[in-house]
Amino acid sequence: MGGILVFAEQRDGTLRKASLEAVSEGRRLAGDKELAVLIAGSEPAALAPEAARHGADRVLLASDPRLALYAPGAYARAAAAAVAACDPDLFLLPASAMGKDLAARVAARLGTGLASDCVAVTAGPQGYTARRPVYSGKAFATVAFEGARPAMATLRPNVFPVASPPRPGRGETASLDVRLEEKDFRSRAVSVQAAKGTTLDVAEADIVVSGGRAMQGPENFKYIKMLAEALGGAVGASRAAVDAGWIDHQHQVGQTGKVVSPSLYIACGISGAIQHLAGMSSSKVIVAINKDAEAPIFKIADYGIVGDLYQVIPLMVEEIRKVRG
Amino acid sequence: MRIAVVVKQVPDTETKVVIGADGRSLDESNVSWIVNPYDEFAVEEALRVKEAGGGEVVVVTVGPARAATALRTCLAMGADTALHLNDPAFEGSDSLGLARVLAAAVRPLAPDLILAGQYAVGTDNRQVGAMLAELLDMPHVGVVTRLEIKDGGLIAHREIEGAHEVVESALPCVITAQKGLNEPRYASLKGIMAAKKKPIEEKNASALGIDPSTVGAAGARVKLTRLELPPPKQTGKIFKDDPEAAVKNVVRLLHEEAKVI
Repeated sequence: MGGILVFAEQRDGTLRKASLEAVSEGRRLAGDKELAVLIAGSEPAALAPEAARHGADRVLLASDPRLALYAPGAYARAAAAAVAACDPDLFLLPASAMGKDLAARVAARLGTGLASDCVAVTAGPQGYTARRPVYSGKAFATVAFEGARPAMATLRPNVFPVASPPRPGRGETASLDVRLEEKDFRSRAVSVQAAKGTTLDVAEADIVVSGGRAMQGPENFKYIKMLAEALGGAVGASRAAVDAGWIDHQHQVGQTGKVVSPSLYIACGISGAIQHLAGMSSSKVIVAINKDAEAPIFKIADYGIVGDLYQVIPLMVEEIRKVRG
Repeated sequence: MRIAVVVKQVPDTETKVVIGADGRSLDESNVSWIVNPYDEFAVEEALRVKEAGGGEVVVVTVGPARAATALRTCLAMGADTALHLNDPAFEGSDSLGLARVLAAAVRPLAPDLILAGQYAVGTDNRQVGAMLAELLDMPHVGVVTRLEIKDGGLIAHREIEGAHEVVESALPCVITAQKGLNEPRYASLKGIMAAKKKPIEEKNASALGIDPSTVGAAGARVKLTRLELPPPKQTGKIFKDDPEAAVKNVVRLLHEEAKVI
């Protein structure tokens, strides 16, 4: 098999964690074959050493002031040029907002197959296969690529470890010859506005603390924030809390919200409707805090506390501070 | 303004997943079908754009006979006409195959704006909107929570990790709708009655001029080979005693056993 190409997303001049995960997985799958990494931006060269440390043999730089923010058409042209430059068997992208958006556009441009939001990619004698959650994690699908070159996959954040490679990549840096056209910028981001409150997104966070119907109103989300802050995690919410208008839908975890798989998920006052379970059941460790001992959330919890969250959360914050020093 | 809305009929989000006998499909025997929730935001937005500036809204779907019900729902919300793309040759399409069918149907309509849900629940691919834009050589903006049409272009807010991108785009453009874009209306009784008289045009591969080898299972570059339920979870440790002891235990276990804090 040939080499592997990974798209590494930068925002504000840093490589996102989900991208480093994709680079690490690319290195693992590539074995002795070449791993190339594409970075696009206004001055992406500064990020090349980091990509090399994570195993990149070649770093392809698409450098243009107009690439500082995401423009789907322009990024797609850069990605297609990178594919043409290294002719990979497999093209991986992080399943981030940008990665998912870009991957679909590029797959259509190349006429190839794309597997979204994968939790495993395996090389076999018949080529690559991927495993991905469907029905928001209520089931898992195994997909095979047929006549797809390159096979394309986006990788779910927080699933693949950021590993030190067995050997560092060669890290040869080359600028990619991309001729961007006017029409590539027909749609383009002109600014980024941070969401109100926290900037840590539930889909990316390693720890998520969520509140549900038992929050009773927007003001009580301060308890959720308090626990999230003590753990350095993000604030999530159930659909009930979002639909009641207590918190922005950006925070919603569940089938019509975000699907998350953090190391630790703490559900506070969430009964565990199938809608919600679909969005968080693949979390590595689940803690449930609920007054109702019969709540379905306890069926999937690794650890549970039957009790009043307004009493439990402050105690928990205190205890976490002790443990963490 | 001519607006096309791409919709899909999907299993209700409360559906319990049962794997079919072939081991790679959903057992549909007890499934109730709905309009994909994100597509409702797309239909609503199309109706609002039309109500603000005039125009025409056509809803388009790819699917078997049952999918006509989804189109009827959208017509009852207020869409003007519907296009049902139905052919056995479309079965087993991957996202690119679906986008090819949709592109063939939408291209002759020459829409100024195409709206779709940000993804169809169930298959969870999040690919068709951007692929359709690419095949039609149009720009796209995905996962949009705010849309303003003005001066022959648009400004959209696109949801990204912990932030919004403010995106400018030329028209025509493909927009995929995210929750928060609007609050979809319910069909009124009058709307439901009117929908019964509205036309649903059906088209197959030959009417669309599609080479069947490029779509359906024949054209798919990604094939589902196995569908399985997640492994069952072991029973957890649940503490019902006094809260202080429960908290101490759980925090200790998270630290020492699970090693996540």
